[in-house]
Amino acid sequence: MMEKMIFGRYIPADSIVHRMDPRAKLIFVFAFIAIIFLADNAWAYGIAAIYTLASIWMSGITVRFLISGLKPVMILIAFTFILQIFFAREGRVVLDLGFLTIYEEGIRQAFMISTRFLLLVFMTSLLTLTTTPISITDGLESLLNPLKKIKFPAHELALMMSIALRFIPTLMDETDKIMKAQMARGSDMSSGPLKDRIKAVVPLMIPLFVNAFKRAEDLATAMEVRGYRGGEGRTKYRLLNWHIRDTMALFTLIILAGILSWMRFWL
Amino acid sequence: MSREVISLDSITFHYPGSEQQVLKNVSFSVREGEWVAIVGHNGSGKSTLAKLMNGLYFPKAGSIHIAGKKLEKDTVWETRKHIGMVFQNPDNQFVGTTVQDDVAFGLENHGVPHEDMVRRVHSALRQVKMDDFLNQEPHHLSGGQKQRVAMASVLALQPDIIILDEATSMLDPTGRQEVISLVRALKQEQEMTVLSITHDLEEAAKADRLIVMNQGEVYRTGTPEEIFELGDELVSLGLDLPFPIKMGNALKAQGVPVQGQHLTEEELVNELWTSHFKK
Repeated sequence: MMEKMIFGRYIPADSIVHRMDPRAKLIFVFAFIAIIFLADNAWAYGIAAIYTLASIWMSGITVRFLISGLKPVMILIAFTFILQIFFAREGRVVLDLGFLTIYEEGIRQAFMISTRFLLLVFMTSLLTLTTTPISITDGLESLLNPLKKIKFPAHELALMMSIALRFIPTLMDETDKIMKAQMARGSDMSSGPLKDRIKAVVPLMIPLFVNAFKRAEDLATAMEVRGYRGGEGRTKYRLLNWHIRDTMALFTLIILAGILSWMRFWL
Repeated sequence: MSREVISLDSITFHYPGSEQQVLKNVSFSVREGEWVAIVGHNGSGKSTLAKLMNGLYFPKAGSIHIAGKKLEKDTVWETRKHIGMVFQNPDNQFVGTTVQDDVAFGLENHGVPHEDMVRRVHSALRQVKMDDFLNQEPHHLSGGQKQRVAMASVLALQPDIIILDEATSMLDPTGRQEVISLVRALKQEQEMTVLSITHDLEEAAKADRLIVMNQGEVYRTGTPEEIFELGDELVSLGLDLPFPIKMGNALKAQGVPVQGQHLTEEELVNELWTSHFKK
């Protein structure tokens, strides 16, 4: 189950999308989220869907892989679809079963909202699937850099994110170890009433927290010894390179925004 | 005689908020290119020494000179450039998300230009034979490999002195061997000064000189041979003798004529299989 989940995972490959600058990808995704809300009819959604499918195709990831990996999200989308059908009460009645009536507007809304949701999930997954977490962090730091002028801690935020990412597997291992140690001492975490099970988590969390603080202290010492004194005067090992393809990608997005707003406001 | 790179002069120290004296009037010095091991049981104050030498704490009395400069609050960042430290827990000193990012971390802090940085990261990883693992994440590495990456991070900064603070104590025997032979190779090739803080006397036996700490004081200083001569006295300080020494002593007790002390198994074996001819 967890292995098939692709939400937030990185799939190494060498496509044009993988090679894009993380800054471009971040801007791209956030802009896309805004642009998709311009679409207000089936044609506009069709164009946005074609655009999304083209982006997925360029990344070398198959739509089938995306859908099977995003199964829990798909269920959520299906659920919204059903809710929309039943609860919108506008337009012509399409079906009247007495205890529930389905209106034309309901079907329209259901299709549009679930398409919008689907396209957003596809695009954001595309970002995480084609970009390593560290690149996303680097990209974010670089994009947030101008905010340093208003004292926004861009470097600290990025460093915190990368350290958090680096320690996830370490802390997972540790949780596993503590859990086994507590089980060996007779603690039962998987059966009994909910209250007991919640209580059983306490002897798991406390050692985990104590160790995490100890690790943090050690790490701070190690960082200080290696000359870390804040973001001031630091150079970067990983350089971000903005290529023509990044400009092109954003350019196609502007065209999409143009088409969608034309369809919305002038047609 | 080569110059002194580390010198401690009558250091006294207690931790803030604690009355107990951790270090009492400790003085010693380390010369350039020397490998000195500080040994002692838990609570003998040996790890505190490392923290003082790196300016993580400052002594209550006495002075520390690193590479000829007095260590003070104003000079601490300058001093840290001379010293590289490898700590006990391999996980808690791995800052980067991958091997190369971790080695680059120190260089980034020192504002090394990009091209220079790439070159130094690669050459440091080559020195510790971890250059095939550039993009590996820490949780896919063994403890010994992580400590080698930690060594590379230190080497990339080109310090004059390496301090190993119990760097091998959390490793399995193979990992320990890897790290120790790496230190030895580095010392020979680059004439690095090494200060290893350990309670493992097998590791200490490889040093040029030993400093035995007990109850916050320097108990004895000498070559490994001189120190192991102490025998049971070391055991009473809570230290365990290396296996070849114990074996030699046991053989002597059985009436086997073993001459002197043998720090490695090889030496002992050589003595034993040639002993018949020597008579």
